[in-house]
Amino acid sequence: MSEAPLLEVEGLDVLYRGRGGEHRAVRDVSFTLGRERLGIVGESGSGKSTTGRALLGLIPPPAIVTARQLKFQGQDLTQLSPRAWQALRGRRMSMVMQDPRYSLNPVLTIGRQIMETYRLHHRAGAAEAKRRALEMLEAVRIRDPETVFAQYPHQLSGGMGQRAMIAMMLVGEPDLLVADEPTSALDVTVQNDVLRILDDLVTRRGMGLIFISHNLTVVSSFCDRVLVMYGGRVVEQCDAKALHEARHPYTRALIAAAPDLQRPRAELAVVHRDPAWLA
Amino acid sequence: MSQTPPPEVEVAGLDVVFASGRRSVTAVRDLSFEVARGEAFGIVGESGSGKSTVLKAIAGLVPAPAGAIRIGGRSLGPKRSAADRKLMQFVFQDPYGSLHPRHTVEQTLQEPLAIHRIAKGDSLISQALRDVGLSDALRYRFPHELSGGQRQRVAIARALILSPSLLLLDEPTSALDVSVQAEILNLLARLRRERSLTLLFVSHDLAVVAHLCERIAIMRHGELREVLPVERLRRGETSDAYSRELLRASLGFARAGESLAFSPETR
Repeated sequence: MSEAPLLEVEGLDVLYRGRGGEHRAVRDVSFTLGRERLGIVGESGSGKSTTGRALLGLIPPPAIVTARQLKFQGQDLTQLSPRAWQALRGRRMSMVMQDPRYSLNPVLTIGRQIMETYRLHHRAGAAEAKRRALEMLEAVRIRDPETVFAQYPHQLSGGMGQRAMIAMMLVGEPDLLVADEPTSALDVTVQNDVLRILDDLVTRRGMGLIFISHNLTVVSSFCDRVLVMYGGRVVEQCDAKALHEARHPYTRALIAAAPDLQRPRAELAVVHRDPAWLA
Repeated sequence: MSQTPPPEVEVAGLDVVFASGRRSVTAVRDLSFEVARGEAFGIVGESGSGKSTVLKAIAGLVPAPAGAIRIGGRSLGPKRSAADRKLMQFVFQDPYGSLHPRHTVEQTLQEPLAIHRIAKGDSLISQALRDVGLSDALRYRFPHELSGGQRQRVAIARALILSPSLLLLDEPTSALDVSVQAEILNLLARLRRERSLTLLFVSHDLAVVAHLCERIAIMRHGELREVLPVERLRRGETSDAYSRELLRASLGFARAGESLAFSPETR
């Protein structure tokens, strides 16, 4: 049919072992990702962020990550050495986190941080790296790249900071971007600007995007496909546009529990959790 | 014969200015609105719009150099008296931050009673816990032993234990999951019905505010852009350009030339 998928995940498990017993944060998660926007929705503790981190090898021991298959562009990720991970991360796969205030280095200018990322993966001189950094800042629609280049993170607004973060993640031109709640700390009117930038990257560059969010409205309107996670597992996979026709009782309950601007309800539905969902 | 009762909240020409040395920031500028007794009034805006500052000015937590604030027809001075504070109670966004980490639920609920010298504390605490749907067994728990939803219920119980007529709610569900948010919003709706409470509800989330409130004020840069009934907001009948932008953005992401997935046309 079409080309091989970018990412193939089969039977992904993340296990935390502690004195109080073990906790399976992610259980038997399987999906494939092409050059598309895949949303992962769920509430806190559903394992959505842990799944995203596991894909980038960002779960440190003593947690145990296992998978029957974890392939990125045909390459087996389960057997990768730390060195090989280093070469992959930031270059071919990247991650954007929720809050730019915590994920940018506060004592380095934006420009230096982006240049550092670029030179980590490319043999380039300072002038070349600077040129690339400015290009990236322009690509995320920062009006005055030269100014932002010289600024420190605290001098930027939330929306600007998030754009700078995305610019940094994209300077290596990754094929896969995992965005963990990238717009949740932003105002709604800014949120859509950031989504538009991510959207462009998928359509123009053919990047694969995993978009992790708790916001059903954003995911259903932005993504192509959606995975719904509950208690560490994927309980439903569907077309984003068809999310409001979801079949799993948890997904349905979640939709009914969210206040809707256009469909007022006297009372919001309460999610009654069925132990069978975890069986 | 019977007079129309005065509005529960009347704010006229309110200014709030934060000054530090020679620099000053006007957080709220010339704000006026009224809230009828038993009404739920929402204030929506983005960060820095001054929405929380309005609540704080009413509660007397920040000084208001200009403007009048009246509660139940009574003018409030620059300082809130104990009686004023009993009438209005505050619920904050983050229940983890607003509850004392080393006080049990019982101690937390006891504090307002002690401040206002109210006896029969024990039965009032049981009643307050029941009202917010918490079991009496949680009395001796500490905040870290409760879930986020339970913590916010404790914060609401603490606010209600003094039987205020006005509840000031500052993003009370923003730190909670959707399913927990639904429980808290249902709880607030029920308590309001049962006790004919007046609610002043501040949030950045238009859908949440629209769910609970009859009238909604939209703020930006410290100014009131518009006050409109919720039905008109739902129909998109707004005259203000910024309100329209906010409304559009709240409905989800739209690619150029594409209708919204969650818009009325596709439903």
